[in-house]
Amino acid sequence: MDQIKVLLANIDKPNSTSIDVYLDGGGYKAVEKALKMTRDEVTQLVKDSEMRGRGGAGFPTGMKWSFVPKNAPKPTWLLCNADESEPGTFKDRVIMEKDPHLLIEGMIISAYAIGSNPMSYIYIRGEFYYGATVLDKALDEARAKGYLGKNILGSGFDFDITVARGAGAYICGEETGLIESVEGHRGQPRVKPPFPAVVGVFGGPTVVNNVETLACVPLIINNGAEWFKSFGTPKNTGPKLYCVSGSVRKPGVYEFPMGINLKELIYDHCGGILGDRKLKAVIPGGASAPMLKPDEIDLPLNFDAVQKAGSMLGSAGIIVLDDSVCIVDAVWRLAKFFAHESCGQCTPCREGTNWLESVLDRIERGEGRPQDADLLLSMSDNIGGKSLCALGDAAIGPVISSVKKFRDEFIYHIEHKSCLPETVRYRRLDRAVAAH
Amino acid sequence: MADLHPDNPYAPDRFPDRNKPVEFPPEAKKKFDYILTRYPTKEAALLPTLHLVQEVWGWISPEAVLYVGELLDLSPATVFGVVSFYNMYNQKPVGKYHLQVCTNLSCMVRRAYDIYDHLCDKLDVQPGATTKDGQYTVVEVECLGSCGTAPVVQVNNEYHENMDVTKMDALLAELK
Repeated sequence: MDQIKVLLANIDKPNSTSIDVYLDGGGYKAVEKALKMTRDEVTQLVKDSEMRGRGGAGFPTGMKWSFVPKNAPKPTWLLCNADESEPGTFKDRVIMEKDPHLLIEGMIISAYAIGSNPMSYIYIRGEFYYGATVLDKALDEARAKGYLGKNILGSGFDFDITVARGAGAYICGEETGLIESVEGHRGQPRVKPPFPAVVGVFGGPTVVNNVETLACVPLIINNGAEWFKSFGTPKNTGPKLYCVSGSVRKPGVYEFPMGINLKELIYDHCGGILGDRKLKAVIPGGASAPMLKPDEIDLPLNFDAVQKAGSMLGSAGIIVLDDSVCIVDAVWRLAKFFAHESCGQCTPCREGTNWLESVLDRIERGEGRPQDADLLLSMSDNIGGKSLCALGDAAIGPVISSVKKFRDEFIYHIEHKSCLPETVRYRRLDRAVAAH
Repeated sequence: MADLHPDNPYAPDRFPDRNKPVEFPPEAKKKFDYILTRYPTKEAALLPTLHLVQEVWGWISPEAVLYVGELLDLSPATVFGVVSFYNMYNQKPVGKYHLQVCTNLSCMVRRAYDIYDHLCDKLDVQPGATTKDGQYTVVEVECLGSCGTAPVVQVNNEYHENMDVTKMDALLAELK
């Protein structure tokens, strides 16, 4: 399968962030077209395209929009989830930093379709300071040209966007955590139901869409649902951004029709494994996705196929690990991440993630006990599905899959009090790890 | 006064001094007034206001927590709850250069810990702490969303990608 340039069509143009370059390439045509359609026609078109949300869960976008009640007593909100924090994921950043107007155009159309009130927020993670400045500048340009503000293009539709910066919390990428954070609170997820489509930010119905999802919307309006479906396979349609990182020769963001073969992606497009070492494991969808072994990677990267293989496509953040990486150390690093990012609201996740980190650390240090592999599984069992949001489930994904698939390596650690001989030390064990 | 949290380099080390109130300079006050116009409630302006505080003073002092609470009609406890929840709000002063090394998995397998260890050793500083001359703070951070150009080091607000120990030394020489 060949690489395509659909979502990323503009990023290589000089000065790609300016509105003039974007307009030259046919930009904001989709807004003109959509504002002449009815709200329901726009939603139907997105439904027909069978687009599934690009943020991780893969929920059909058109269906999400149609859940918004028509006559809600409070205003409806559109929020853009740009809190890209899943380790291994860096696709939204490319769109925001290189082609901000594509996102803005997608937001105007989406807001029109759901009947949003005149204000909306792009919730961007605080570390993307540069991305936030690019977006702010692009928003000013769009306001000056009349694509944002009152009575857009004479349609009577008012709409504006504010960039809301996060402040370094992974949990704010969770839909209701993001909503809490926009309201000025700690980003602790809410009890569902009520779902955000009914009661979301500031008490109104709310749609939260990922950057890549919103960026696809203008393409669907311009080219139609059939065109969008010509990429990928039924139920897994459209162009898709894949982020490849870790032990590959050419890491980066790659665009393909949904469903590129994982093996082909790693070996043909990303140049294979760094230093000609052997492949050990692949995490196909960001840190929370269960690992795949080398004999499991001959599969198309779409939502259904990866799920069938026992993992998930998630945010399509593919982390490749070669055989120099100690699997216990790698999983410890992910467990440390989840322990750090657990918001502390639900006991199983808050306590459990810290225990996973401690047990993995003691195995890595050669202090593991014979029952530790099973202990990790039983702890995971007490975290999964027992908290308000998916962070706990995310934390156990890499733990369960690695203990099951690399059990021999865990046992080797516990018996020999050291890593496998072919692995390399990537960190010093004597360095103090700072408190969470 | 004794340090309130001697083991935690990120926690505040003292109670607010009510005799030393703080106030935004005029330029920042203008920005704050603009922020208020962008949100339907005062409370929603809390995160951007705290970013503004940090832009002005470099960190969020216990006095600034009281000040922001007064500005937004929130209790100091509410404000402090938010400050301590989010990673990017500094509860202690940081150095002129805040060196934030991502060590998450993608950066780790590209040897990010070498950079981190090198910085701690070369600058003779404990993780999370600031050098005695107040120039550098070294901290290990979670994924910065730049895994394709790993390892990445964030200095203040700026990303430095595809780093290694040599490039880090060159960068340090620039950051005098």
